[in-house]
Amino acid sequence: MATQTLTRPAPHTASAAKIRKPRRKITAGKAAVTAVAAFLAVLWLVPFAWATVTAFKSEADAAAPTVSWIPPSGFTADAFVKVFQDGNIPLWTWNSFYTSAAITAITLVISALVAYALSRIDFRGKKVLMTVIIASIIIPPPVLMIPLFYQMVALHMIDTAWAVILPQVIHPAMVFVLKKFFDQIPRELEEAAVMDGASRMRIFLQIILPLSRPILAAVAIFVFISAWNNFLWPFISTNDGSILTLPVGLQTIKSAYGIQYAQNMASALLAALPLILVFLFFQRQIIKGVATTGLAGT
Amino acid sequence: MSSLATSRRTAERTATSPSQFRPAPSRRSRDNLTGWGFAAPFLAFFLIFLVWPLLYGFVMSLTGKSLTGANDSLIGLANYAEALADTAMWRSLGNTLYFTVISTVPLVIVALVMAALLNVGLPAQWLWRLSYFAPYLLASTVVSLFFTWMYNPQLGLINDSLSKIGLPKVAWLNDPNVAMWAIVIATLWWTVGFNFLLYLAAMQNIPHQHYEAASLDGAGAWRQFFSITLPQLAPTTVMIVLLQILASLKIFDQVYQMTAGGPSGSTRPVVQYIFETGFTGYRLGYSAAVSYIFFGLIVIVSVMQFVITRRRSA
Repeated sequence: MATQTLTRPAPHTASAAKIRKPRRKITAGKAAVTAVAAFLAVLWLVPFAWATVTAFKSEADAAAPTVSWIPPSGFTADAFVKVFQDGNIPLWTWNSFYTSAAITAITLVISALVAYALSRIDFRGKKVLMTVIIASIIIPPPVLMIPLFYQMVALHMIDTAWAVILPQVIHPAMVFVLKKFFDQIPRELEEAAVMDGASRMRIFLQIILPLSRPILAAVAIFVFISAWNNFLWPFISTNDGSILTLPVGLQTIKSAYGIQYAQNMASALLAALPLILVFLFFQRQIIKGVATTGLAGT
Repeated sequence: MSSLATSRRTAERTATSPSQFRPAPSRRSRDNLTGWGFAAPFLAFFLIFLVWPLLYGFVMSLTGKSLTGANDSLIGLANYAEALADTAMWRSLGNTLYFTVISTVPLVIVALVMAALLNVGLPAQWLWRLSYFAPYLLASTVVSLFFTWMYNPQLGLINDSLSKIGLPKVAWLNDPNVAMWAIVIATLWWTVGFNFLLYLAAMQNIPHQHYEAASLDGAGAWRQFFSITLPQLAPTTVMIVLLQILASLKIFDQVYQMTAGGPSGSTRPVVQYIFETGFTGYRLGYSAAVSYIFFGLIVIVSVMQFVITRRRSA
C-alpha cells in the first residue's frame, strides 16, 4: 500500500525526482518484506503440509523413527480409505453442518428482530434491555456449562441436536453489531412506508433487511464458524456417537486410533477441508465478515 | 390503513398542537407492544439459556449438590471458603493467568507484523491471507491432532528439525516446564489470524493522505510505520489486547486435548478444573462455586477494559 501511495501523487507534485527517490528505497525494502512474509507463510503452512504428507503415508512409514517428507514405500491413500470405511467423518460433518446451520439461522432471526426493536422502536424498558444485553457479553460460556448441563438433563435434551443448538443461539455481541448497522440506515427510507401504513414487520422485512445484507452475511459467517468449531459445549452435551459434531467426534477418534498416525492425520485433514474450501470460495466475504463483526463486537 | 400514518404525524406534532394530544399515548402503547414483540424471541432464549443458568449456577454454588443428586440443601458460602483454600484451584487459576500473560504478547505482536507486511501491498494478497488466516478456520481438535503429532518426542517434525540444526530434543508436551509454551505455540499458530485480520482491516482504514504527506516530507517506510501507522492503530491495539486477554482466560480446548492438563497439572487451566470437579468429581455445587470465582476474575478484567476504553474516548 505504501508504494501505491508513493506513486500516486506523481502527476501533480512538483519534482519527479523527489518521488522516485523514496520509491527505489521501498523496492529494496519490498524484497525484504516479501522475504519475511514468505518465511511466516511457510511457517504457517508447515503443519498442513506435514499432516498431508503423513496422511498419505502407510502406517509403517508414519511410525518410522526417521522423519521423511517422501516416504520410503511411496505415497498411499490407505489412511483415507480406512477413515472413509469407518464412516464416522461424513456423519459427523453432516451433524456439524446442520447444527451450525440451525444455530446460524436462529441466531440471525432472533438477533435481527431484537436489534431492529432496539434501533427503531421506542418502547418502555428499551434502555434496560439494551444494558442487560450489552452487559451479558462478558459472561464466559464455561461459567454456564454446569447449570446448563443440569438444565438439559431436566429437559431430557442431553444427547439430542437440541442440546447442541439451543444454548448456542444467544450472541449478545451480534445483536449489538446489527443494532449499530440498523442505526445507520436513514429513517427517511421508512417514512414513505409509514405514510402508506405499512406495519413494523413489513418495514423490517421489506426495507431494513434487504439493506442489511452485508452485515447479515458478516454475522452469519462469524456465528457459523464459531458454531462449527465449538468444542466444549457439544462435548458436554452429547455422548452418543451418531449425533457427535466433527470436533467432538475427532476427539474420540484420537483415543480409538491410538498410534495410527496416518489415520489420525487423514481424519484431521478431512475435518479441516469443508471450511477451508468454503473459505477459498468466499474469501472476501469471510474476511470482511470476521473483521467487521470482530471489530464491532466490543 | 392510514390511522398509523396520521397518528404518527400527529404524534410528531403534539409539541406544537396540544389539541391533538390524544393519539400520542395510543401510539406509545402500541410501540411498547411491538417493541417487546420484536424482542420476545431473543428474550426467550436469553432468559432460558443464559439468565436462568447463570442464576441457577449461583444457587447451585451455595449447595452441596452432586451429580448423583445427594445434597440439595443450602450450605451457604462453604463451597467458596473451600475453593479459596484449595491449592489445586489456585494452581489452575495460576496456570490460566500464566497462559494469558505469555500468550497475549505474541498473539498481538505477530498479528501486527503480519498485517504490516501485507499492508505494504504484496502481490497475490489472497495467498498470504489464506496462509495466515486458514488455521483460524480449524476446530481445536484438528489443531491439537496436528501439533501433538509435530511435538511427538521421537517421530515429531519439530524435534527432528531441532536435531538437524544441532539443538537438543525437547519433551514438548511431557516436560512441565515446557508444556505450557508448547500450548502457546499451537495457540499462536491457530488463532493469530483473527487478530491479524482485525489489524489489517484497521490499517486499511487509515487515510492515504497521511502517508502521502509523510512521503512528501521524505519519511521512509519505517518512519511512516512508527509515526503514522502505529499511532493510528492505538485504539485497535487496545481493543485487540483486551479481547485477547478475555479469550486467553477461557483457555480449555487445546490444553484438554493435547496434555489433558498434565504433565502433573502444570497446564491445567481453571475451566478444566471446573469441568473435572463437576463432571468427573460429580461435585456440581463446588464446581459452580469455582465457576463464579472465575467469572469474578473475568468481570474484573472487563471492568478494567471498560475503564481504559472509556478514558481513551473521553
